[in-house]
Amino acid sequence: MRSLACLALAIAGLSLAGLGADAQEEVPPPKVSWSFAGPFGTFDRAAAQRGFQIYEEVCSRCHSMNLLHYGDLGPDGPGGGIGYSEAQVKAFASTKQVTDGPNDAGEMFQRPGRPSDKFVAPFPNEKAARAALNGALPPDQSLIIKARPDGPDYVYGILTGYKDPPPPGVKITEGRYYNEYFPGHQIAMPPPLAGNDVTYADGTKATLDQEAKDIVTFLTWASEPTMEVRKYTGVKVIVFLVFMTGLLFGAKRKIWADVH
Amino acid sequence: MAAPAQQNKVVRWIDHRLPVFTFMQHELHDYPTPKNLSYWWNFGSLAGIMLVIMIVSGIFLAMQYTPHVDYAFDSVERIMRDVNYGWLMRYIHMNGASFFFIVVYIHLFRGLYYGSYKAPRELLWMLGVVILLLMMATAFMGYVLPWGQMSFWGATVITNLFSAIPVIGHSIVEWLWGGFAVGNPTLNRFFSLHYLLPFVIVAVVGLHLMALHQHGSNNPLGIDRKGPQDSIPFHPYYTVKDMFGLGVFLIIFSIFVFYLPNLLGDPLNYEPANPLQTPPEIVPEWYFLPFYAMLRSTPNILFIPAKLAGVIAMFASIFILFFLPWIDGSKVRSARFRPIYKWVSWLLIIDCLVLGYVGAHRPEGWYVVVGRAATFYYFFHFFLMWVLGKVERPLPLPTSISAAVTAKGGGRMAPAGSRPMEKP
Repeated sequence: MRSLACLALAIAGLSLAGLGADAQEEVPPPKVSWSFAGPFGTFDRAAAQRGFQIYEEVCSRCHSMNLLHYGDLGPDGPGGGIGYSEAQVKAFASTKQVTDGPNDAGEMFQRPGRPSDKFVAPFPNEKAARAALNGALPPDQSLIIKARPDGPDYVYGILTGYKDPPPPGVKITEGRYYNEYFPGHQIAMPPPLAGNDVTYADGTKATLDQEAKDIVTFLTWASEPTMEVRKYTGVKVIVFLVFMTGLLFGAKRKIWADVH
Repeated sequence: MAAPAQQNKVVRWIDHRLPVFTFMQHELHDYPTPKNLSYWWNFGSLAGIMLVIMIVSGIFLAMQYTPHVDYAFDSVERIMRDVNYGWLMRYIHMNGASFFFIVVYIHLFRGLYYGSYKAPRELLWMLGVVILLLMMATAFMGYVLPWGQMSFWGATVITNLFSAIPVIGHSIVEWLWGGFAVGNPTLNRFFSLHYLLPFVIVAVVGLHLMALHQHGSNNPLGIDRKGPQDSIPFHPYYTVKDMFGLGVFLIIFSIFVFYLPNLLGDPLNYEPANPLQTPPEIVPEWYFLPFYAMLRSTPNILFIPAKLAGVIAMFASIFILFFLPWIDGSKVRSARFRPIYKWVSWLLIIDCLVLGYVGAHRPEGWYVVVGRAATFYYFFHFFLMWVLGKVERPLPLPTSISAAVTAKGGGRMAPAGSRPMEKP
């Protein structure tokens, strides 16, 4: 019976090497009150922009965001971006070097980025990432919030949940770090944020807590840029449906009045 | 059945050559329906509407989707981000699958409770079971299409079930895959079949309706209509009642689509499929959990290995429904007048919920014990139905639908045990 989880493996002939032991008692991540939570929640644009700054200056050294384009940040992006103007997006994209081609001579070449370009990834492929990072592969961040249960709280927990030294009695493998909220508690990512990792353009004080909240706001936007449109549309649809259902209820009562 | 006196000349001209108007008049207006149907009878038409919603949203998604292992995941995200209202179509389709199953499961249990599977509606019921099987196949293959982690590993586990078949099992699995593992050929054929099967369902729904209209709906009292005083025309009475029910249903559905779109899905499916990394826990969508629990908790039975026994139990749990009209020999349809079966039928629902709960957990410790007990009880239930059909003493039935309805006034149904009442 228990064989079923292994069954897939056995037949596909794959190894479980990377999976490790079962997660020891998992700690639920801390509950944070988010600007985007609830049926009327929207993205705090200033926080999302600060979060984008952290992604640019810290996270993007290892983590890709392959589903995003520079233009998504501006008014033409899905859901209207995170408050940057078209000119800002254009200027920002042009600071990146993008590989394009082949040209008429059959060669690939570098050119400044355009809003229609994807976010440039830190590594050309998975092997390059693993070679540079001690065998670990940093997951793409485009959907990380949706790909984890309680995504925003979980990512906030990971970013603030490092403990050094680890609690007594816990043995940490070489090249791993103790993290309160990571399943199994041993994470390959060194503590990415410590506070004062960036100098915020808007003058906000860059505490660890502030940084973690900002990057989570940006990542949540990135995982579903159309969230606000979805919620606005929902209000209109449900108000209409309640009105229509009320009318139908009246019609039903009237039509059925003469039965019995 | 005579052609209605159509006022419009054009309508009359068409109807004389192609009697669509007569057909509509016959099947909607003249079609007699018991006057005492409760709101539980709304779920048949709701299921039909859900099927249409799924087909329409699915056709729009297929216009933007790419069935290739390298592009499928990204094409779904492109729908979410760059296609106008793509997020809406996808969330409707994704949550629509869950709501389709909710509606159909309620429809099925309604039939079980009120004995809608009994003569003369055996084929109507069996066609319904065929629809359920087709829905399950369609839903399973649809879940593979976004090519996330759960898509891939779910497909791997479920297709591997066929390897439990002795001797030819492995050849069958490779034939299903189109290769030596779940891969691009598998994704391609699943997409093709996922597009085809809904239209097969439409055809079987047509037969289901034909069988329904032959003898008309069953009703909460489970007794036959005795004359015109017991029935009302389907239109406008039940069209308006179904529309009102649809309104309530769409409000609940919209709350999920717009505010809780990912609540019923597994977060891991937002990670692209990775054949080299098995997720810690492989679970199907919630509507398959009871069957998954049966699959995982069945032990070795005599010379049958556990895996094969689990597969047999899982398929048998559906196929046994085909025989229900002959398992239950009671002449009384509605559980209202069956003092013991009334409670037993609720036990089955509880049992299915327990199985669903167990199915979401790793088969270890108590989950195995509870899973086995619940699986055993599921099949024992049908034995109980057979016994009850022989020994249970039903309560006296009302003489007619009209009598039961009018005596209480306001369309309320007579409670169980109400004595036969004289006609007004």
